[in-house]
Amino acid sequence: MMDSITNFLSHFFVTGDPMIYGADASIALVSVAVLAVLTYFKKWKWLWNEWLTTVDHKKIGIMYIIAALLMFFRGGVDALMMRTQLAMPGLSFLNAEHYNQVFTTHGTIMIIFAAMPFIFGLMNIAVPLQIGARDVAFPFLNAVSFWLFFAGAMLFNLSFVIGGSPDAGWSSYAPFAGIELNPGVGQNYYVLAVQISGIGSLATGINFLVTILKMRAPGMKLFKMPMFSWSILITSVIIIFAFPAFTVALALMTIDRLFGAHFFTIAAGGSPMLWANLFWFWGHPEVYIVLLPVFGIFSDVIATFAHKTLFGYAVMVWSMIAISFLSFITWLHHFFTMGNTAPVNAFFSISTMLIAIPTGVKIFNWLFTLNKGRIEFTTPMLWALAFIPNFTIGGVTGVMLAMAPADYQYHNSYFLVAHFHSTLIAGTVFGIFCGLHYWWPKMFGYLLDEKKGKWAFWVFMISFNICFMPMYFLGLMGMTRRMYTYPAGLGWGPINFIMTIGAFGMGIGFAIMAYNIVWSAIHGKKDTTGDPWDGRTLEWSIASPAPEYNFAHIPTVSTRDAFETMKEEKRAGRAKPPAPFKPIHMPNNSGIPVIMSAFMFVAGFGFVFWWFWMAIPGVIGVIACLIARSFVYDDFHHIPVDEIERTERAAGRLS
Amino acid sequence: MQENENQPVSRDHAGFPWKQVIGLLLSLVLTFLALWIAVGHLLPVQPTIAIIVALAIFQAFIQLFMFMHVTEGTEPVHQLIGILFGIYVAFAVVGGTIWILYYQM
Amino acid sequence: MAESTLSLDAKNRKNLPLEYSTEEGDLRIVGFWMFLAAELVLFGTLFGTYLVLKSHTGGGPTAQDLFKIGPVMAETLVLLVSSFTCGLSTLELRRHNKKGLITWLAVTIILGLVFVGLEANEFYTYVTHEGATLQTSAFLSGFFILLGTHGCHVSLGIVWIAGILIQLARRGITPVTARKAFIVGLYWHFLDVVWIFIFTAVYLTGWVM
Repeated sequence: MMDSITNFLSHFFVTGDPMIYGADASIALVSVAVLAVLTYFKKWKWLWNEWLTTVDHKKIGIMYIIAALLMFFRGGVDALMMRTQLAMPGLSFLNAEHYNQVFTTHGTIMIIFAAMPFIFGLMNIAVPLQIGARDVAFPFLNAVSFWLFFAGAMLFNLSFVIGGSPDAGWSSYAPFAGIELNPGVGQNYYVLAVQISGIGSLATGINFLVTILKMRAPGMKLFKMPMFSWSILITSVIIIFAFPAFTVALALMTIDRLFGAHFFTIAAGGSPMLWANLFWFWGHPEVYIVLLPVFGIFSDVIATFAHKTLFGYAVMVWSMIAISFLSFITWLHHFFTMGNTAPVNAFFSISTMLIAIPTGVKIFNWLFTLNKGRIEFTTPMLWALAFIPNFTIGGVTGVMLAMAPADYQYHNSYFLVAHFHSTLIAGTVFGIFCGLHYWWPKMFGYLLDEKKGKWAFWVFMISFNICFMPMYFLGLMGMTRRMYTYPAGLGWGPINFIMTIGAFGMGIGFAIMAYNIVWSAIHGKKDTTGDPWDGRTLEWSIASPAPEYNFAHIPTVSTRDAFETMKEEKRAGRAKPPAPFKPIHMPNNSGIPVIMSAFMFVAGFGFVFWWFWMAIPGVIGVIACLIARSFVYDDFHHIPVDEIERTERAAGRLS
Repeated sequence: MQENENQPVSRDHAGFPWKQVIGLLLSLVLTFLALWIAVGHLLPVQPTIAIIVALAIFQAFIQLFMFMHVTEGTEPVHQLIGILFGIYVAFAVVGGTIWILYYQM
Repeated sequence: MAESTLSLDAKNRKNLPLEYSTEEGDLRIVGFWMFLAAELVLFGTLFGTYLVLKSHTGGGPTAQDLFKIGPVMAETLVLLVSSFTCGLSTLELRRHNKKGLITWLAVTIILGLVFVGLEANEFYTYVTHEGATLQTSAFLSGFFILLGTHGCHVSLGIVWIAGILIQLARRGITPVTARKAFIVGLYWHFLDVVWIFIFTAVYLTGWVM
């Protein structure tokens, strides 16, 4: 009896490594500390009423960003561990198994649990404000999306201390990710955690598509929307049509692993390559899901700080529409080398090169927007300016990889790793940092410190180049990805050492940014005008932080740079006197999303361990929450006029 | 792009449900036609498959237009574009998967 | 009169049926169409998987060994007729006839239950008589999961319609219940569309080849 319990516990908890025990202890301590602080300061009720049950898109956006920053930190620590291991030949900081786990969690966390939620956070905050709406189309569903993401992220991170981490790479190729070669629970964590957060992402896609199509302010035709909102419209379309394929792929892998089916096995006729095919059918559009929104952010930021209207607006939009179509027919370029027929490789080579055209067009649009602008070098603008050359390098090397015959040379080398980090860091990461600094005052009512922000930018951007520029050459010298160590004498040592220095530099840059966030929370400059950047779009027309109902009056729009036009009219004395307030119809808070996600977490955890006694009640709980929601009818309230007046007066908006 | 386009809905709610009955009859006829072509082995394999797939697509459109009222709403162009894009992506995933893995079949 | 969270011009809606009469109903119907568009891709992925794995029988039973015309046609006819009765329920909704709406939705549920029963029986026959299970071969994994996903959708639809029937009985036809009844109808017709393709790509193709 005692033996079986010991045996169970030693498999249940990850053991054998002092770093893991350290993590166990710190997770336990932090959890206890959080609970203690909440109880001591009697904050439970506040937490529940203001945050856990909220359906306000701005608060949901803030929660997304906090969670994404934490996940970004975790993924960054994974990266630093890998770079430490590879700094010199033959190191034994991590063994092969740990190295596999670390690169798997690094990739999965950075894409699914850091980049996407960060973008979801920014779009939650900015899109309704940019289009002049008071909330998203389905506020309740929005909360469900966030809590599903959160449940998935927590489930995934739990694998570090309970049961063991996945180790088959973020793309989890069969057959290695299958049950025969990977019998532990690690890959179960991968399929279930990613599935749970993926359902939330699909719901977000539908939510924002309907919001943007149906809830724009009067007069805001589609071709008068700010470019960020346009980019989210296109991103939502890609999410809606890419995620179902991933849902299916993950479900099939789950059924293979849990119930002995033969989709991706070698035995009984399964096809391991089918996994690669389905994974990348989602995986390639996913690249655009994390890139198009930052293209939108850069477009708005560059127009704002060049103090010019965006160059080639319609071309930008049509480029994105072209990308949305092409992104679904390029997926095979991720596995050119898996042995396809020549026509297949040729088709996907050409489609991949085609998709570079609309992307290139956008680069020129940003350059021409800068041309003859009054450029103001604020922190967000620095990120945007650095993006253009750094991202272009990633794009150009992508075209090199797009040629199927050449890809046989580059494939799975560090050249490839350098390429996608050039796009994902110089694109997505620069973009979300840019958006974070840009919209921070709108979220919290004060600005992040410019001086510290610029330090963080320069340290991070230079270190990024120190880390990833040499990586291209390392790849051409023959080092392949996912090697946990390498012998001396191949000439890889010095380059790897330089890259490690760069990686730690990026860590320092991130730390400066984190310090800036803490420092500015105490000393940050208040944004009293609501328009700290001399903005051009509607989110800057309201107070900072935005009131619960966003717009006391729904604005009427006549031009692309709606707020810029309003300011010009005001200067010319043509502004209309404001109409009297009316009560505002707003959705009620609900505890169902967080409870339902808790059930989802329980179900996911049960399935990870084949504990059906735990999984089935979890699933029943989810269904019960759905039914309970269907019977809720009184799900809105009105904000009375005197409360609107009080809020507007407190924000200095009433004279 | 035509925005705010408004499709007036026919008000023929009274009387015999012709639209629904015709939809049902068409579905039944198409189903049995496909069955007859497939099971009767009237044609070689390739044309048979082409015909039954065409019949299925026709039947799907009957559901879409006669039962699902896809052209209704304040801005029906939205759901029409959505469904068309869905068809495009579904075609890409089915056709692409078969094409890529054809040599395994 | 409160100002809404939404900003759409209400005059667009005045000629439309009850379920579109509120901004909320309008948004949810469009949102549900987008969900159905996503479901197209979900089922498309399952179809692609099944078609690739169709010939991978791994020495187990093949499509010709398993599929029998009788039970398959019974399932098909039941589902086609249920789509028709569901269409009639939407018609009664438009006529504001609560009794007719409830009756036709109830008939739809019964036909749905018959369909699920027939399908369960088909699976049961394969497993017990032919030894054809999810674990037998890649072909059967693809078959059971494609049809099982559709069957789960139908079962969920039955629970969903049942929930809406309770709300209709309690509250009558209001803009909210009308929207719910209309949306569940869209869902039901969509499942019929999926079945048409299952009938064609799985059964008919199985008999042809």
